[in-house]
Amino acid sequence: MAKVQALDYDVDKYLEEQGYDDHFHEHEHGDKYKVSFISKYIFSTDHKTIAKQYLITGMAWAFIGAFFSLIFRLQLGFPDMDLSWLRPILGGWININSEGVGSLSPDFYYAMVTIHGTVLVFFVLTAGLSGTFSNFLIPLQIGARDMASPFLNMLSYWFFFLASVIMLLSLFLESGPFAGGWVAYPPLSALPQAMMGSGMGMNLWLFSLVFFVVSVLLGGLNYITTVINLRTKGMSFWRLPLTVWSFFVTAIIGLLSFPVLVAGFVLLLLDRLLGTSFYLSDIFIAGEPLHHVGGSPILYQHLFWFLGHPEVYIIILPAMGIVSEVMSTHARRPIFGYKAMVYSIIAIGFLSFLVWAHHMFVSGMDPFLANFFILFTLIIAVPSAVKVFNWITTLYKGNIHLTVPMLFAIGFVSFFISGGLTGLFLGNAPIDIQMHDTYFVVAHFHIVMGVAAFFGMFAGIYHWFPKMFGRYMNQTLGKIHFWLTIVAAYMVFWPMHYLGVAGVPRRYYTFDSFVNFSQFDTLNQIITIFAFVGFTAQLLFAFNFFYSIFYGKKVSERNPYRANTLEWSAPTNPGHGNWPGKLPVVHRWPYDFHKNGSDYRPQYVPLDPDERDVH
Amino acid sequence: MASTASTMTSTIPMTAEDKWGGGNEPMRASYGKLMMWFFLLSDAFTFSGLLLAYGALRMSNDAWPLPDHVFSSFPGGIHNAPLIFVTLMTFVLIVSSVTMFKAVQEGHRENKNGVAFWLLLTIIGGLTFLGCQAWEWNTLINKEHMTITTNPFARHTENGVYLEGDGHHIKPGDTFKKGDSYMLHKHNGEWVRLKYRNEKGEVKLQQFGPQAFGQLFFTITGFHGFHVFSGVVLLLIILINVISGVYVERRNGYEMVEKVGLYWHFVDLVWVFVFLCFYLL
Repeated sequence: MAKVQALDYDVDKYLEEQGYDDHFHEHEHGDKYKVSFISKYIFSTDHKTIAKQYLITGMAWAFIGAFFSLIFRLQLGFPDMDLSWLRPILGGWININSEGVGSLSPDFYYAMVTIHGTVLVFFVLTAGLSGTFSNFLIPLQIGARDMASPFLNMLSYWFFFLASVIMLLSLFLESGPFAGGWVAYPPLSALPQAMMGSGMGMNLWLFSLVFFVVSVLLGGLNYITTVINLRTKGMSFWRLPLTVWSFFVTAIIGLLSFPVLVAGFVLLLLDRLLGTSFYLSDIFIAGEPLHHVGGSPILYQHLFWFLGHPEVYIIILPAMGIVSEVMSTHARRPIFGYKAMVYSIIAIGFLSFLVWAHHMFVSGMDPFLANFFILFTLIIAVPSAVKVFNWITTLYKGNIHLTVPMLFAIGFVSFFISGGLTGLFLGNAPIDIQMHDTYFVVAHFHIVMGVAAFFGMFAGIYHWFPKMFGRYMNQTLGKIHFWLTIVAAYMVFWPMHYLGVAGVPRRYYTFDSFVNFSQFDTLNQIITIFAFVGFTAQLLFAFNFFYSIFYGKKVSERNPYRANTLEWSAPTNPGHGNWPGKLPVVHRWPYDFHKNGSDYRPQYVPLDPDERDVH
Repeated sequence: MASTASTMTSTIPMTAEDKWGGGNEPMRASYGKLMMWFFLLSDAFTFSGLLLAYGALRMSNDAWPLPDHVFSSFPGGIHNAPLIFVTLMTFVLIVSSVTMFKAVQEGHRENKNGVAFWLLLTIIGGLTFLGCQAWEWNTLINKEHMTITTNPFARHTENGVYLEGDGHHIKPGDTFKKGDSYMLHKHNGEWVRLKYRNEKGEVKLQQFGPQAFGQLFFTITGFHGFHVFSGVVLLLIILINVISGVYVERRNGYEMVEKVGLYWHFVDLVWVFVFLCFYLL
């Protein structure tokens, strides 16, 4: 390894001499960055504050969703356990029998599974992940004062907040929240009398998600236009950090897929409220035929999965971007195959629209049509594998610092590989018909987009925490958090593959009537125990997070990781507008580590006379 | 590193690769216009979702009524004017796009009165379209009794011969072929369904048309009408702003007019597709 010199660049000098003066302070439109107390902490238009609002709301939902998963894991692992002690928290959701033994009500088991899925997918891994980091990083990393429209950005968060409040309210209904699964297939979602949560619970679920879509669209419009129009001087598309590329493509995917869900929801709402039959036909309840004729529940499935599949890439792409950035910085190596990474992101984004019906292989769709969806599903493995290869190659011969963000980034790659491989199984209709709706599917998607996306999110939080709050999180607690989480996550989801291959179906309240499955009782108990271990680790994380906001070690230097991207050229707590004076001007791509004898070269450092910006 | 320190002080000119100068607009559109474009793109996907639902449900039903047969009323009690009224509506909406274009053009010329005049005409066009739609809905619902659960318009799915007449057009003994249109009528509040015999000799009653026809019609034209209505409200707000001179001092002048114009043209374009699916195909 060539000898390198660890340089400290005098940022202020570069900014003053090389910076781009947008006359920020002379402009009248600087007015829109004026702050009072309320506009600073509550109705803030500052993208950095909005990002933190997204993060903390997302964390709250993550704990609610995870708490639910613990309760239904208790039911699955220890179905005979006395749960009467949960009655103070869950109230009527716990049935107490004549002997005083409490058990989880089956209706609320389904409600918890449903709400767990809904909030984790939408509120945590969409709003909490891409909402947080797109907001926080896009303006800072492209050298912009804020989003294109700070006001719409604020509205985006508050629509999400409204969606959250409505969803939260639905948890307190006497009949419980919606319980028909996070995919909300009709007829369970369309007929108010179908099950307990299908009445008011489903109404609130739908309204909540409609507001959520508005939030995603407002956010996405901002992210896209900001990346296109507000880049600073020199920040061409081929110099964008991979984080920004991934947020950009994520926003485009969201903008094109969520509206189709809206179309699906409009029809669903009309079926529920006005008695139309878009999704309903030939239904008998208690022997009596309903008047609905001519609708098709498969139609809903198509409209839903046209969002539903791109949605998993909305979840995973931001995590991929974060991991690329974190790995490169903490391995002190240029990201391997930058352009291949970008093309992969774009390819994944494009292909994500062509695979939705692989969720519907058993719906009775034409088996010939399934071939098309199998083909494109398997093709997605190509750009995904390119990315995995590039991450591993980035680490190869790197000067790897096993910091907490780096650990989580490596964990992300591990989970992405483990979960991605089982995706190849499920993408094939012949195997999927056997595996469909078993724990194999549960294991697959939890690993590849649940845990992996969480690891990307943790990498991002640990990495940018100093930038967000001006303090460090505790590294020892962080490492304990990492090791407990990775072990627990594998121990929870890896055994589920065995259950699934053996045919154990998901969404079942109990397996009492399947003698065959009693052999998995111990395995189910192990899974539940590790679910508790994993949850405990997250409590540790939450403690570390909130403690460090107030009492963490203070950040003394502006660029603690010696990273190249622009957010580290701004003061640690820059206030609204990000750079107090001139904007940085970009002269190179963001991954000049270990180049020409210097450890790193931030993007604002001009090229040497004999140096070229090639990558 | 010594060389770094020395280059710090000298300004290196941007190289040829630095095509991006910052602060300009790569797609020659301000961020506001870009936002509108991307919003319209997403809205186009919503309409596509609805129209695909329309296609899927229509293809699954043989008795789907023919638009020529359904949409043949015209104000003044005329009943055999297929698609004439909707052609008129469409014409009004397209003309309102032309007037919108003129308003934008006057905006570029910074001609306040011109903008206001053409915006006003556009608003009148939009309101006329909405009025036409109200008449069309009213005719379908109150005169022809089509609701979201009952659809009197249908087509025969087999050949046959009527065994009774309705006293108007159909006499006992009239024959019909598969695919022929018919419409059920109400007499004194009761639906009249005529008996017929098919080629197998079975005696049957005329069936109601597919519910989905009315449901989709009201949903999709309603959703589009809601867009037109929102557009009219936006145009009114912009018109008030124009008249009170808000845009005279703005750096980007009458760009708001241009943005709402994009929306208006989009709503017209969507109507072309709705028109295609519901009335022409």
